[in-house]
Amino acid sequence: MCGIVGLFLKDKSLEPKLGAMLSEMLVSLSDRGPDSAGIAIYGAPSKNEAKITIQSAKPERDFRGLEAELAKAIGAPVSIAVKSTHAVVRTTPAKIDAAREAIQTLRPDIRIMGAGDVVEIYKEVGLPEAVVDRFDVRKMTGTHGIGHTRMATESAVTTMGAHPFSTGADQCLVHNGSLSNHNNVRRELIREGMKFETENDTEVAAAYLSSQMAHGKNLGEALEGTLSDLDGFFTFVVGTKNGFGVVRDPIACKPAVMAETDQYVAFGSEYRALTKLPGIDNARVWEPEPATVYFWEH
Amino acid sequence: MPATKLSKAAAHDHASRIFDLDVSSLRELNQALHNLTPGSNETAWEVLHPKGSHSVAVGVDQPVSIDVRGSVGYYCGGMNSGSTITVHGSAGPGVGENMMSGSIIVKGDASQYAGATGKGGLLVIEGNASSRCGISMKGIDIVVHGNIGHMSAFMAQSGNLVVLGDAGDALGDSIYEARLFVRGKVDSLGADCIAKEMRPEHLELLQGLLDRAGVTGVKPSEFKRYGSARTLYNFNIDNADAY
Repeated sequence: MCGIVGLFLKDKSLEPKLGAMLSEMLVSLSDRGPDSAGIAIYGAPSKNEAKITIQSAKPERDFRGLEAELAKAIGAPVSIAVKSTHAVVRTTPAKIDAAREAIQTLRPDIRIMGAGDVVEIYKEVGLPEAVVDRFDVRKMTGTHGIGHTRMATESAVTTMGAHPFSTGADQCLVHNGSLSNHNNVRRELIREGMKFETENDTEVAAAYLSSQMAHGKNLGEALEGTLSDLDGFFTFVVGTKNGFGVVRDPIACKPAVMAETDQYVAFGSEYRALTKLPGIDNARVWEPEPATVYFWEH
Repeated sequence: MPATKLSKAAAHDHASRIFDLDVSSLRELNQALHNLTPGSNETAWEVLHPKGSHSVAVGVDQPVSIDVRGSVGYYCGGMNSGSTITVHGSAGPGVGENMMSGSIIVKGDASQYAGATGKGGLLVIEGNASSRCGISMKGIDIVVHGNIGHMSAFMAQSGNLVVLGDAGDALGDSIYEARLFVRGKVDSLGADCIAKEMRPEHLELLQGLLDRAGVTGVKPSEFKRYGSARTLYNFNIDNADAY
């Protein structure tokens, strides 16, 4: 099972509602996966600012005083907005790698969920309703986002095993299915220098895409590569800084339905995830074809 | 798309019993349908706001008509025995799975494995059907006005699949005895599925199916028939590569 959703807005007037719309979509698919849930939201870019979403099992201990210590460590202004077990660290783009390293040194127990100019990632063990409430996702604004509710098959039920997986700046991926050659692909990617946080097959898919894009491929080309290089069942929905893509394996036994209007492109594992979107009754609704890449960019 | 004869037949004298799924639960709807007994006067049912719900009108075993106003999720009309279910919208995976008799008409598109393992009755999809349409069909008749996806009629054992549009890859893979009639192009045939001669009895059979599904303006002679080459019935080492 697992349930995945994605929403890519074309109409700017919907941007204030992105979090609410995506939350609604994800909650409607709760019974596809009770183990964990997560979302990635791409907000508006702000000048000269990049962010890192961090997570801690002991937020009171790990986040206290971190702002000042981090600013001192990297020699640049830092702001930290705490939301439950997660926090968004903002600093100048030039200092983002330094900040990442400094966080790991200052607070070794903190996990990095993702980083980039615009993306924020929130994921935890539990049902979608609890996760979107905990992080107040309904109030979030943005241009596009993806979400996942997990029925764990390939690895442990932990926060880090939840989706989305982010392995590159502003890149993330959610997956329904299971990969059979992930250990081999992981070994190859490790040889290239990629780092992995979990034993999860989906993290390998995310890292594969990041590696392809780091080699100069665009999102569409990188997704095309999954069809020959990844073995198993998958429906992937991915986000990049300004893009949104979907691909299903050639067997395509994992469900997927898409809708497009002048205002948005939406993805759901099931049609019921789309039923509350504006204008859905007149939207073009279709099932993505197997082994076919779909992607949109702003 | 033309209205089917069956959906016209669903026009009724009595007032419909209406279930609004914004107000009532799916369980209440299905329980009310299961409570029907032979000879009941409640022969017309209407389901409002299904919003992609799963298992709408599953396991109905009385000859009633059920109009579902909107799109449904998984397994709508599963195990149907004798009722006429019309989905005025699209259907999710497994519509009419294991249908025994009666009919299901989907006005929009159907998702994967429509009519899977069906033993009888008629499933009409006025839009397109997705992959694995009629997988392991065991006597059901399926008529699709549009196209069907890959691996349709996989391991089909009995019944008829009629497709007015095109079929995807591996049509009829490992098919046993069902008859497949396709009017458009077929991307590829699966293992042991071959094109077959259209004899007078097949033209007659197909005309009957088109009539029952309310298809007009289409001639049986426009279709090609596909079926089993019957080389994989018994294990033969020479065929090992084909399995």
